[in-house]
Amino acid sequence: MLSDVVVSILLIGGALMSLAAGIGLVRFPDLLSRMHAATKPQVLGLLLFLLALALETGSWPLIPLLVLCWLFQLLTTPVSAHMVGRAGYRTRHLRRDLLTIDELDDVVACAVVEVDRQAPPHEADPVEGREDHDRRGGVDH
Amino acid sequence: MTGVIYVVQGILAVAVLLALYRAVLGPSLLDRVLALDVVLAIIGAALVLTMIVNHHTDHLILLVVISLIGFIGSVAVARFITERG
Repeated sequence: MLSDVVVSILLIGGALMSLAAGIGLVRFPDLLSRMHAATKPQVLGLLLFLLALALETGSWPLIPLLVLCWLFQLLTTPVSAHMVGRAGYRTRHLRRDLLTIDELDDVVACAVVEVDRQAPPHEADPVEGREDHDRRGGVDH
Repeated sequence: MTGVIYVVQGILAVAVLLALYRAVLGPSLLDRVLALDVVLAIIGAALVLTMIVNHHTDHLILLVVISLIGFIGSVAVARFITERG
C-alpha cells in the first residue's frame, strides 16, 4: 500500500517533468533556453520513472540494469547537448538581446586577433621560408 | 493506482503534443532536433509505464536503444548543420 503511494508520486513527478519540458519548448523564446527546458525529462524524469519501476518490481538483480540505463543516458545527454549548443552558437541560432553575458565572445575575439597577428609573416614571404627549409635540409644531409 | 496510471498517461500525452507542436513549427532545424529528443524521452517514459502496468522488464533494452538513437541523431544533425538551417 505504502509502496503504491510512493510509486504513484514518482510516476506523477516524472510525468510532470515531461510536461514542463513540453511547455518550456513551446513558451521559451530561443534555442538555448529551450535546451534548458528539454533536459528535464531526459535526466530527472527518467530517474524518477526508473525509481518507480525498481520499487514496483522490488527485485535486487534489476538494480544494476536500471543504473546502467540511467548512466548511459547521463553520459550521452551532455555530449549531444554540447554539440547542439555549439552548432547553434556557430550558426547564430540564438538571440543576442536575451544574453546577459557571452563569455565565448571574448574567447572568439582573442582567437581572431591571434590568427591576424600570426598570419601576415607566413603569407608575406613564402619564398624566404622555402629557402630556409632548403638550407636546413642541405645541412642535415 | 489505476487512476494514477490514467493521469500519468494524460500528462505524457499533453507533453508529447506540445513537443510535437514545437517540432512541426520550430523555426530552425536545431529546434526540431531538440523537440524530437524530448519526444524520444517521453516515449521512454511511456515504455517504463507499460512495464510498471504489466509487471515485466522486457523493454529495458529498448530504453538503452532509444537513448542511443537520440544521441546519434542529434550529434549527426549538429555536426552537419549550416547557416541556412
